[in-house]
This record gives sequence, structure tokens and C-alpha cells, in this order.
Amino acid sequence: MNAISQFPLLEVRRLTKTYGIGDAAFQALKGINLTIQRGEFVAIMGPSGSGKSTLMNVLGCLDTPTSGSYIYEGIEVETLTSEERSLLRRYALGFIFQGFNLLARTSAQENVELPLLYRGISRKVRHEKAFAALTSVGLPTKFASTPGELSGGQQQRVAIARAIVTEPSTLFADEPTGNLDSVTTREVMEILTRLNVDRGITVLMVTHDDEVAASARRKIVIKDGIIESDTKPSV
Amino acid sequence: MIWNAFAIAVREIGRNPTRAFLTVLGIFIGVAAIITMVTLGQGATIAVKAQISSLGSNLLTLRPGAGFGSRSASAGVPNFTEKDADSLGEQIASIAAIAPVRTASLSTIYLHNARSSTVTGTTPIYFQISKWNLADGRFFNEADLRSGSAVCVIGNTVRKELFDTGNPIGEKIRIGRASCEVIGLLATKGQAGMGDQDDTIIVPLSALQRRMIGKTSSHDISQISISAHDGTDSIALIAEITTLMRQRRNLQSNQDNNFNIFDTRQIAETLGSTTQLMTMLLAAVAGVSLLVGGIGIMNIMLVSVTERTREIGIRLAIGATAREVLLQFLVEAVTLSCVGGLVGILLAIALCASLARIISVPFNFNLQINLIAFLFSAAVGVIFGYTPARGAARLNPIDALRHE
Repeated sequence: MNAISQFPLLEVRRLTKTYGIGDAAFQALKGINLTIQRGEFVAIMGPSGSGKSTLMNVLGCLDTPTSGSYIYEGIEVETLTSEERSLLRRYALGFIFQGFNLLARTSAQENVELPLLYRGISRKVRHEKAFAALTSVGLPTKFASTPGELSGGQQQRVAIARAIVTEPSTLFADEPTGNLDSVTTREVMEILTRLNVDRGITVLMVTHDDEVAASARRKIVIKDGIIESDTKPSV
Repeated sequence: MIWNAFAIAVREIGRNPTRAFLTVLGIFIGVAAIITMVTLGQGATIAVKAQISSLGSNLLTLRPGAGFGSRSASAGVPNFTEKDADSLGEQIASIAAIAPVRTASLSTIYLHNARSSTVTGTTPIYFQISKWNLADGRFFNEADLRSGSAVCVIGNTVRKELFDTGNPIGEKIRIGRASCEVIGLLATKGQAGMGDQDDTIIVPLSALQRRMIGKTSSHDISQISISAHDGTDSIALIAEITTLMRQRRNLQSNQDNNFNIFDTRQIAETLGSTTQLMTMLLAAVAGVSLLVGGIGIMNIMLVSVTERTREIGIRLAIGATAREVLLQFLVEAVTLSCVGGLVGILLAIALCASLARIISVPFNFNLQINLIAFLFSAAVGVIFGYTPARGAARLNPIDALRHE
């Protein structure tokens, strides 16, 4: 083991998130303490309204916590400006959403290339990487198709390709199979498992589906804004 | 980074051609309207001024009757005499030149061509007062006037109708009872608000009186043309003329003037300011159409703000900074506005050039109004295109993604 991997990938302490103010205030997270190591495959579970998606959005820097500390690879995230958080997302994080969130009327290739464009990567390299990413999710022939021409499973695979094309250290997946049938769910989970095992990408996945959660090696259950259970793999 | 934003923006425009088209349309109609209206309005102002000045500046015209345009008021009112003109010229210092004018409608014949023409009998100074120039030949002179020579100077319309393409100089035409030699051809003045100025024959007053119709009375002068010295206060001059003429026409203090004075400079100023007012009015109407175009653009932007907010959320989530996203939207808005503005200017030039010919006003490319319209349209496009994006880019990415 080298020195850097002795630090945890991310660590949060007493993390809270409150929506609204005054009487209408709702505390979605009530003091979360959590440490995740590199290479883990974590499923975050819990009933709706439990705060699992909120936790994931805060960890993915898509949302800001109300209080508490969050350290990602040694970086104190709560001190970053929104611009710096954008750069952290650009260079370290990948996202997969339940609703896919692909750009409409935009080909699969252009969707996958988009994060590379913001990294200032040349056209030729963008094409190569997009092709490699789409091939690795099993869509080498759907380059020119727009989201409207693709099935839900295919759209989610394009979204996965877009998330991994930058080779992020962590992949955040919010209900990645929520809109998919059982066959495509299995395909998507196989891809995520492969990315975790073969490429060592840390995967954080929110789901309410026990079968999907079974792919993960660590299971965190959240209820009413606090961690109810944290089942680590028996090593 | 700017080049990157430009590439993304152009791609984004191409992705939604309907939205791009409607945005461009809103700007382009407004720009084309405002430039066309202002340019044509200014052309009309210039045309009116040119026509007025072709009548002669500092020109006063004395006519019998109570007022300009009131025909009934001139019925039964005596005309002027040649002596009226002489004494005005002698007694009023600010008068530079004065010419008595008698007009008559007479038949004119040359070979087989015959027509009825307005014949003006006057003195040689009239050419100078009325700013006539020669295209060919000569004006008649004092000697012609004294001897009552049967000579005439004709306008271009008369030449066309009587001589077609032939040279009229030295030819004899019959005017009323007399045969008359054409000694000069007037340079064309063109169509004025008051009819074809080139449809005229000018002869020595004495020739008209003695040879063509015969002198019927000493009160045979239907008009006196007066030019004032430069810098003369025309209101004071009109007052002087009025006093003298009232005296000469034996008007009591309780009687109204039975003559009127038409001041071209005053008319020119009035018409000039009227057309300027019209131009401003047209510009205001066109400005409203630009504003309506802007509101159209705002509508399109607001309708697409849900989709665009989600787009902004996606871009932020995959690592774009708010600044990069805003730059992209700014470039999009500027590009569409500029394309709309340029197309509008091109259309306006084409419209102005062809419309100016149809309504026969000069077409001058007005850089100023083109710039103003272009900059205003660009501002409208940028403000309405960019402002919604600014709000969205300030959100947390997750809030932008969840925007409904």
C-alpha cells in the first residue's frame, strides 16, 4: 500500500442539511458521520424522504451542506467556491441519474464528449475516448443516435459512458435503475460492477431496490436523516 | 475558453433551429423596420427641401386674394399693375429683385403638335428670382422686353411634347395669336408638390400683352415675384410690403387685405419640420416593433427556460463552471442577435433602395441609424437571452437539474 491510499477517499463529520427556514424548515440530514475508502462499492438505502439522495448530492458536490465537514481526497470541500466545486466535479467525479439527464437532440457521441470538451481535450482524442466509453457500455453502434431514439436502458448506458469517459475516481449513481425494467437493470448493474472491479472506480449508489443493492459490497441504511445501519463486507 | 464557448454555442443554436429562427426573426423585423422608416423619412425630408429650394429661397410671391389656397376670396379682387411692382422695388430697400408676372393659358402649336400651355409673361429678372437655369440657348433680355420681341423660353415638358427629340432652339411655335421663336430651353426642375414645374413657357411680358392676347387692362399682373437680399428678416419685409400695397390699393383700415404674400422660406421651414416630425413618428413606431420583437424573444427564452435550466444543471453537474455556462449563453445570444441585426440591415437597404425609387425620394445610407438599430437589437437579444440563464447558473447544480 502506498502512502496516499492510507487516507480515506472521503470523510464526512456531523454533516447536516436543512431545507427552508423558520417553521417550514426541514432537516434532511441530521449529523452524518461516514468514511469511504477507495475502490468501495457502496449502496445507500432507505425509505423515501430519508435523506439518502440529499446525502449523495452533498457528497457529489451537487449540493452544499448546511453544516459539518467534508473532506474529499484531502480537500476540505466546504471551503471551496462554487467554481472550485465545478472543477472538482470535472476532474474527479462522475454522475448517473435516475432520469438519465442527457442533453436533448444531442447525439450519444456529443453527450459523451461533453465533459471532455470542458476539459479542453482535442477533437481527435475526444472521439477516441467517446468511442471507447460507448463500446465499454455495449453501444458501439449508437454514436449518432439522440436520446429520443434510444431506449431507457440505452440512454442510461450513454449516461454511464459520459460519467466514466473522464476516468473519475468516484462514480455517483442516484437510483440508476429506477426507470428501467429488470433485464436492463441487470445489464446496468453488470456494467457498474465491472467498472468497480476492473477499473477500481469507487461507486456510490442510492437505491431502494434490495436486488440492486446486492451488487454492492457495503450497505448503508439511512432513516430520518441519520445512518441507521452500515454493513461492511466481511473481509 | 471563449473559443470553446463559441463552439458549444454554435452547436447549441444548430440543435434548436426553430428557437434560433424565431429569435433572429424578432430582431430582424425590428431592425429592418426602424432603419427603413428612418431612412425613407429622411429621404422625404431631403426631397421636400430640395423642391422648395428649387422654387428659389428668399422668395416672396404676391398674389391677389385674401389667402393662399382660398379661391373664392380672390374672386372679383383686382390684379396688380406693373406700377405696383415698380414702386415696391423702388421703395423697399431689402428687395433684391422684383418681377411682375402675367400668366395665361394659351394654345401652342408646332407643326402638327398642339397643346394648351401655361404661358408666363414677365421680365428678364424673373429667371434669376425663380432660379431657372438654361439647358440650351439664352434667356430673353431687356432689349427683347422693350421691343416686345416674339421670343420664348420653354420648359422641358413643353419641348418633349412639341418637339419630341428634336432641337427646339431657333424653331418657331405659335402661341395664341403670335408666331414666336424659341430662344432658350430651361434646365429641368422636376415634379414639385405643386405640379410639373417644367410644363412652362416664359415670354417677355410686353410680347404676351401686345402680341399674344392683347392688353386688356392695366390691372393685368396676376403675380409679383420678389427676392429679398440675403439675411433679410422676411417677417419685417412682409409687413413693409403689406403696408405699401394697402396704400396702393386704397384699402381703408377696416378692410382686410385683398392680396396675400407667400413666403417660400417659411413654407420650407414648416414642411421641413413637418417631415422631420413624421420621421420621428415613424422611428417611434419602428422602435415599438423592435420592442415587440424583443418581447417575442423574451417569450421564446422564457418558454425554453425549463429545458435550458435543466441543460445548465447537466452542464454544471459534469463539471462546467457557472462562468463557462454563462459565456456559452452570452455567445449564443450575441450570435443570434447579430445575425438578426445584420439580416435586418441587409433587408432594410434593399427595401430602402427599391421603395425610395418608387416614391421618388433620394436614398442615403444613414450609418448612424444603422448602428443604433443594430446595437439596440443586440442589447435586446443579449438582455432577454442572457438574463434567464444568469439566474439558472447561480443555482446549485441539483436545483437546476430538478427544475420543473
